[in-house]
Amino acid sequence: MTEHAGLRHVRYVLSDNPVTAGSFALFGLFLVLALVGPWIAPFDPLETDPSKVLQPPSAQHWFGTDQLGRDILSRVIVATGLDFGMALAAVLLSFGIGCALGACAGYYGGWIDRVVSRLADTIMAFPLFVLAMAIVAALGNTVENIIYATAIINLPFYIRVARSEVNVRRNAGFVEAARLAGNTEARILAFHLFPNILPPVMVQISLNMGWAILNAAGLSFIGLGVRPPQPEWGIMVAEGASYMISGEWWVSFFPGVVLMLAVFCFNLLGDGLRDMIDPRRRT
Amino acid sequence: MSDPSTPLLQVEQVRKLFPLKSGGGVLSFGAARRAPMLHAVDGVDLEIGRGESVGLVGESGCGKSTLVRLITRTLDPTGGSIRFRGEDIGGIPASRFARTPQRREVQMVFQDPTDSLNPRHTARDAIAEPLRLLGHLSGQALAARVDEVAGLVQMPRELLGRFPHQLSGGQKARVGIARAVALEPSLLVLDEPTAALDVSVQAVILHLLADLRERLGMSYLFVSHDLNIVRLLCDRVMVMYLGRVVESGPAREVFEAPRHPYTRALLSAIPGLSGGAARRIRLEGDPTSPVDPDPARCRFHGRCPQGRDACTASSPVLQSTGPGHSVACHFPEPG
Repeated sequence: MTEHAGLRHVRYVLSDNPVTAGSFALFGLFLVLALVGPWIAPFDPLETDPSKVLQPPSAQHWFGTDQLGRDILSRVIVATGLDFGMALAAVLLSFGIGCALGACAGYYGGWIDRVVSRLADTIMAFPLFVLAMAIVAALGNTVENIIYATAIINLPFYIRVARSEVNVRRNAGFVEAARLAGNTEARILAFHLFPNILPPVMVQISLNMGWAILNAAGLSFIGLGVRPPQPEWGIMVAEGASYMISGEWWVSFFPGVVLMLAVFCFNLLGDGLRDMIDPRRRT
Repeated sequence: MSDPSTPLLQVEQVRKLFPLKSGGGVLSFGAARRAPMLHAVDGVDLEIGRGESVGLVGESGCGKSTLVRLITRTLDPTGGSIRFRGEDIGGIPASRFARTPQRREVQMVFQDPTDSLNPRHTARDAIAEPLRLLGHLSGQALAARVDEVAGLVQMPRELLGRFPHQLSGGQKARVGIARAVALEPSLLVLDEPTAALDVSVQAVILHLLADLRERLGMSYLFVSHDLNIVRLLCDRVMVMYLGRVVESGPAREVFEAPRHPYTRALLSAIPGLSGGAARRIRLEGDPTSPVDPDPARCRFHGRCPQGRDACTASSPVLQSTGPGHSVACHFPEPG
């Protein structure tokens, strides 16, 4: 019954806002590519072919081929999994840690608040991309470290949103009522306040996903993290950049467009998600 | 269970002072030793018997709500004792009180039904939560009890699956009452339960409350600034002014023959009660500040129509003027 109503609400939000529906469709497409990419790619993304170097888009190679004769469409498709995986892992990590820290800071106040807020301020004081570069450079050049670096630079946004959203509600009547109903402080935070801060945090997650993809791709673009033969949007743009001048635009154009679409999709998704999660929109 | 002759709730000389922040910045570690204190509740005695209904009246900011939060143990007192069935519950920190056996015995109906319901929990969730956490019910038994309690407050069962924003003010108030009475507490604190409702709904809710009290045999502490409601529902009345009780006694006596000048002024302000127009007492002047008030001075001085020299020399204490009736005034009105 309740599940049914929930589904109906999702359908209502989607039909109410075609842009949201479009971004959800795009997100679905990306998700399919990320999950089954290696199986649906027309060519092996790593297979080089010296006889087909730098061919323009054609019926056989829709996105053309790169300097080693690899099919760019296949490489773009296979790269979706890695790019989404890195962004998702980073965002989930900063969501989990950031929300826990921020919510505690907003609820308990005092020294916890002071320590956590100063931590967020300290991270924010760095140019974030440079900080990410430094973290990857210091920890070592691996995919995991890109994820950690992206998670760390996103942390302050979650801390701030969670802290302020919990802070405005900590003296609300329903918190007091929860205390009377036998909730301990930790339970109030987890079961009463946390669900209420989810809508704004959800928007933050979605905006952050696009940003995290851009960040991971950016790190790869400058040669950190993902190593060359592996297909990844940032590296592909970087590799194709030198061919732009000589007219072989497709080498970096297609991965760049897909990267842009992914970021765009997440930015639009944020608003739609908020509408779905906020019960006040349910009628 | 304890001796039935001990009152349900005994509050003695309970105090709550809030330190005022003197605008210190981030690095204000060694701030001034003695920060100014706001005396929200300053030495209040209160007793509620089993099945008794006590009204607490006073103007906004007189400390009613703070006293209520002390009694419901969501706020820690600065001093004094709070005994429930003879057991000291005032010493248990508010953060630990949720795990004590007394938690289910003291429940509360909030002033604002909208603010006091979690916007992300359905009506059913709200009513079920105390039953689940304090009553240790689950599954079928829990659902059955929620339905039963909803019936008790005349809340249609179809509405239980709704979120607060899908309910009307009166329905939300019913959910708030259902949640509070679900565990059949022996003391129910009602903090202006009708203040946020319109008049037609007020009457229905008040009837419901009177009816519930009779059926479940609860004691009520009824906080309100609506004196007509207190008159209707309460056996005994306490009048608070600036953190202190200025008059307390049987409801009928206090309403018919108020002894304290503040009570008289308060009662004269009830519309349509004091037949003659000339009897309206206007309070002039500004109220005393609750921040570090002079202990050797009546707090009502300055607004009091009496206001003699003795009032600035010492603060009056509560003195008995009759059976169960006491007044804190140097010059009480003759009964």
